[in-house]
Amino acid sequence: MVPQSNENLQAICKDVRADIVKMTAAAGSGHPGGSLSSVELLTALYFNVLNHRPEEPNWPDRDRFILSKGHVCPVLYSVMARTGDFPVEELMTLRKFGSRLQGHPNVKALPGLESSSGSLGQGLSIANGLALAAKLNNKSYRVYCLMGDGELQEGQIWEAAMTAPHYGLDNVCAIVDYNNLQIDGKCDEVMGINPLAKKWESFNWHVIEIDGHDLAQVLKAYEEAANHKEQPSVIIAHTTKGKGVSFMENVAGWHGKAPNKEELEKALQEIYGGGI
Amino acid sequence: MSVKKLPNRDGYGHGLIELGKSNPDVLVLDADLAKSTRSDWFQKEFPDRFFDLGIAEQDMLGTAAGLALAGKIPFVTTYGVFVAGRAWDQIRTTICYAGINVKIAGAHGGVSVGPDGATHQALEDIALMRVLPGMTVVVPCDAIEAKKATISVAEINGPCYLRFAREATPVFTKEEDFFQIGKANVLNDGSDVTIIACGPIVYESLLAAEQLQKEGISTRVINMHTIKPLDEEVILKAALETGAIVTAEEHQIFGGLGGAVAEVLAKNNPTPMEMIGVKDTFGESGTPEELAEKYELTSNDIVKAVKNVLSRKKD
Ligand SMILES: Cc1ncc(C[n+]2csc(CCOP(=O)(O)OP(=O)(O)O)c2C)c(N)n1
Ligand SMILES: [Mg+2]
Repeated sequence: MVPQSNENLQAICKDVRADIVKMTAAAGSGHPGGSLSSVELLTALYFNVLNHRPEEPNWPDRDRFILSKGHVCPVLYSVMARTGDFPVEELMTLRKFGSRLQGHPNVKALPGLESSSGSLGQGLSIANGLALAAKLNNKSYRVYCLMGDGELQEGQIWEAAMTAPHYGLDNVCAIVDYNNLQIDGKCDEVMGINPLAKKWESFNWHVIEIDGHDLAQVLKAYEEAANHKEQPSVIIAHTTKGKGVSFMENVAGWHGKAPNKEELEKALQEIYGGGI
Repeated sequence: MSVKKLPNRDGYGHGLIELGKSNPDVLVLDADLAKSTRSDWFQKEFPDRFFDLGIAEQDMLGTAAGLALAGKIPFVTTYGVFVAGRAWDQIRTTICYAGINVKIAGAHGGVSVGPDGATHQALEDIALMRVLPGMTVVVPCDAIEAKKATISVAEINGPCYLRFAREATPVFTKEEDFFQIGKANVLNDGSDVTIIACGPIVYESLLAAEQLQKEGISTRVINMHTIKPLDEEVILKAALETGAIVTAEEHQIFGGLGGAVAEVLAKNNPTPMEMIGVKDTFGESGTPEELAEKYELTSNDIVKAVKNVLSRKKD
């Protein structure tokens, strides 16, 4: 795939944001908050970084992306559709009976997905397994894994965090969507995860901290991670939950709630009206 | 029958508040799902006795074990899949093996969870919990029974699992109805066939019995709210008196209520049986109604199962 200019990516991000609010509105349920906070991270990844072939989803040398926080599948489905994995119109079937776009990703339903998810905390282990297999098979593909900050409270994440450096999995790139919100409130208040960078450093990861809504920083982080050898990298992306829709920004209540008709209209105006 | 509907997890919320008032040792733990499980109702009343453990179910069960060892009565709450599944070994070895007094609430049982899809629809939790030695397993049929069950498990000294559903379902039992853990309730007497059900599908079973009555089939309906310890007496009596059994649950047909009833009958009095439940498959996204129809969990499906079992009945 031809890499997109920063300007194009910015325009695509607006479409992805619009997809997210439209899809969840059409479904009447779903998770807009954490989808909106991951838009730049996944748009940059799918359009400019991830080496994959929509026409050949099982291409053995493809880079792998694991969505560990499965509830934000609206953003994943959107970037998948917009890079050609399936028709964009199908996005509106999200969560509906018979749809390939299940409420949480189902690898058996939709080609292009690498794993099913929805039970938090399990993705990084899968990424490690894929990365270890790459080493064993002398393959050069890379493995990306997106996690939520609340999700980091799961013990399995830290088990996996030990595994990747232990086996020198420099082909793993973990991404933390650090929006400081989970369902019951701020991560700081529910179950503190700080100091976060120090935690990953002490687990022997290469840590890259960025503004997760700044596309230039996001792209640079992916590049830095790819060039860093002998250690896995983690990108700690500081983000805003609900980014781009003022009434959703930093509101825990928009974690798992769909906009109604008026809210959808307002959201779309904001997304396309003023620049984000 | 036209009845008001409430999610039976509401009964859990009300039960917790009542317990909070009557017993200062009762504590509630949740894993970032307090609103959805209704444990936030207790949190509002008793903020000092509520603890969010974050998205860390295994740690939550271990912490509850420690609290119980020190004399507290912790109720741990999250979705059924994330507790019965994710923390099963902690429940087995830390809690049940030692007989520790932890109360476990699993919300969102069944495909009626709807659009969230298979990952969030607990369909194996009854099986997973009932195989554990020393575990009490209760599946309330509506919000009123859920409140009674919540209050009742606090009186048991030992591990208990309570299962709730997500959807608003008919509230058809009454405050004054008798409720005792381990003692099934016969809701409708009948002589041709018996439906044994647990959870909100008990209501569908009553609708099925009504339908069957019109066709001249006299159907006994048993609300088997406690899966363990199982009321064997009521099952054997039904087998003897009606000679045909249908079980109904929003759970895998293997290992749950149907399996438990079959174990009792196979050992004591083999009786023709049909089982209503999810047939060895995962759920999916959809509305609760669409899914009930696809997975054959409606009153019509129960009627069909009754007719099947009657055709196999021994004279
Ligand atoms: C094992 C498990 N426990 C609980 C849940 C319910 N749940 C879904 S999303 C969520 C909060 C996630 O917060 P975070 O990881 O910060 O995601 P984001 O803010 O990016 O949406 C919870 C508790 C789950 N899906 N899996
Ligand atoms: Mg978060």
